[in-house]
Amino acid sequence: MSETPLIDARGLVKRFGDFTAVDHLDVQVQPGEAFGFLGPNGAGKTSTMRMIACVSQRDGGALSVLGMDPATEGSAIRARLGVVPQDDTLDLELTVRDNVLIYGRYFGLSRAETRRRADELLEFVQLTDRRDDRVDALSGGMRRRLTIARSLVNQPELVLLDEPTTGLDPQARHLVWERLYRLKRSGATLVLTTHYMDEAEQLCDRLVIMDGGRIVAEGSPRALIDRHSTRDVVELRFADEHAQHAALARLEQVGERREVLPDRVLVYTADGDADVERLTSDGPHPESLLVRRSTLEDVFLTLTGRSLEE
Amino acid sequence: MSAPLALRVVEHEAQVFKRFWRGTLFGYVLNPLLYLAALGFGLGSLITENQGEVAGLPYVEFVAPGLMAAAAMQAAAADSLWPVMAGMKWIRWYHGMVATPLRPRDVYTGSVAWTAMRAGLGATVFLVVAALLGAIPSAWGVLAIPSAALTAAGFAAMLAAYAATQEVDLRFPLIMRLGILPLFLVSGTFFPIDQLPGWLQVCAWASPLWHGVELCRASTTGMLEAVDLAHLAFLVGFLWVGWLWGIRSFDARLTA
Repeated sequence: MSETPLIDARGLVKRFGDFTAVDHLDVQVQPGEAFGFLGPNGAGKTSTMRMIACVSQRDGGALSVLGMDPATEGSAIRARLGVVPQDDTLDLELTVRDNVLIYGRYFGLSRAETRRRADELLEFVQLTDRRDDRVDALSGGMRRRLTIARSLVNQPELVLLDEPTTGLDPQARHLVWERLYRLKRSGATLVLTTHYMDEAEQLCDRLVIMDGGRIVAEGSPRALIDRHSTRDVVELRFADEHAQHAALARLEQVGERREVLPDRVLVYTADGDADVERLTSDGPHPESLLVRRSTLEDVFLTLTGRSLEE
Repeated sequence: MSAPLALRVVEHEAQVFKRFWRGTLFGYVLNPLLYLAALGFGLGSLITENQGEVAGLPYVEFVAPGLMAAAAMQAAAADSLWPVMAGMKWIRWYHGMVATPLRPRDVYTGSVAWTAMRAGLGATVFLVVAALLGAIPSAWGVLAIPSAALTAAGFAAMLAAYAATQEVDLRFPLIMRLGILPLFLVSGTFFPIDQLPGWLQVCAWASPLWHGVELCRASTTGMLEAVDLAHLAFLVGFLWVGWLWGIRSFDARLTA
């Protein structure tokens, strides 16, 4: 942690009218890190990303990106960033290749250099065979990959990805993850937002969980699971409410913590298999029973609650 | 140092234009042919029979520069309302631009510059067609091209600035019908404004299109005078005010 952070936010605030979207946020991202902002919709992830990307002015606190102040040196910072926004901002009128080419020109690259990089990048995101098609004709996954290719044309030191795989089918998601993983291995610093737990576990070295504009937890995916959940989770489903209710007293005797949901009971425990053995020897008899490892999703739901905040 | 950032936006627009320039060029040729045939020669022959000249000119020579300036205004208006909404909201390529070193003001300035350049191209085609039809008596007519482009730039600056403040395109047809069309009709395009009732004459003086028409007409007839500097100054002022508004409205919209 001795290096100068690429992103250094202290007491960062963003307001929209009376609504505080980002509420005194403190975050540091080190070079080479893959860092994630995790949180439900409306948690302030995108507002934070837009301030880091220098397309939104902060309303309070201090922010430094690549050692510069976005308020006064936005253009110079953006010259060294790669940005993959939540909604595609591609040029539908242009071809796949022309989208990358014109983007290189925005960064002031020469035509020859842009052409060379465009061909490399289209290869990297596996769109070489679609290079002369109009963007109109591409699937959502292909557009995402094109947006990623475009964002890399200036060889950015810091890549910002706002929900990079939202709305993609499983194949497309895995392809995007794989490309991002390769990008990370090549030494790029990645900052991403997501509400997919598996995405955060796959890609992030370190992450913060945001809720209501604040950070509610911070750490590596593993450390967060260790700190805020148990090793295992046992999920029990019962035939009806009555059976579930009857079983609760017995369930009180196993695990560290229980969560009663309308359709099932979750038992958070250090050793799921041992608990299941104890439970099944002298019943309750659930309709179905599942022992699984605790995931970031358990942490997330524990910290941000299960109610929908829309 | 590299060229101004706004030029990179112009390059983008040119790149998009390459895909449909044929249709646009066809329109540029068709427009003066139709208008000059119908008004310059059709209506013009009636006027010549009944009255002779208009403002000391054969009618076709009077109306050609008016139509040229008006065409530039109309093209600029259409290019600055819906396309700006598309860039901001429907397709959102402006948001892609401002994620690079380009600033909202570069996006705005580049878009307005491109609209003016396209209008200049349209004016060039118009001038050539009109000259071939014998409606341009003076070689000073080439000055009508920058005059028309400047008129277009002013309208583009104002309307793009306005479009960036709008969430939906609901009011855009009204702007065309209640703003652009009346200006087209009463800005000295078809008849000298001293034919208008006094209060409407005052309105015409405030119309940027009238100043553009006067400048174009002075050029194509080779009758440039000192007063044309005032027309030029008005158009520059109109562009300046629009630009000051636009760099703010684009900034407010793209960096919220």
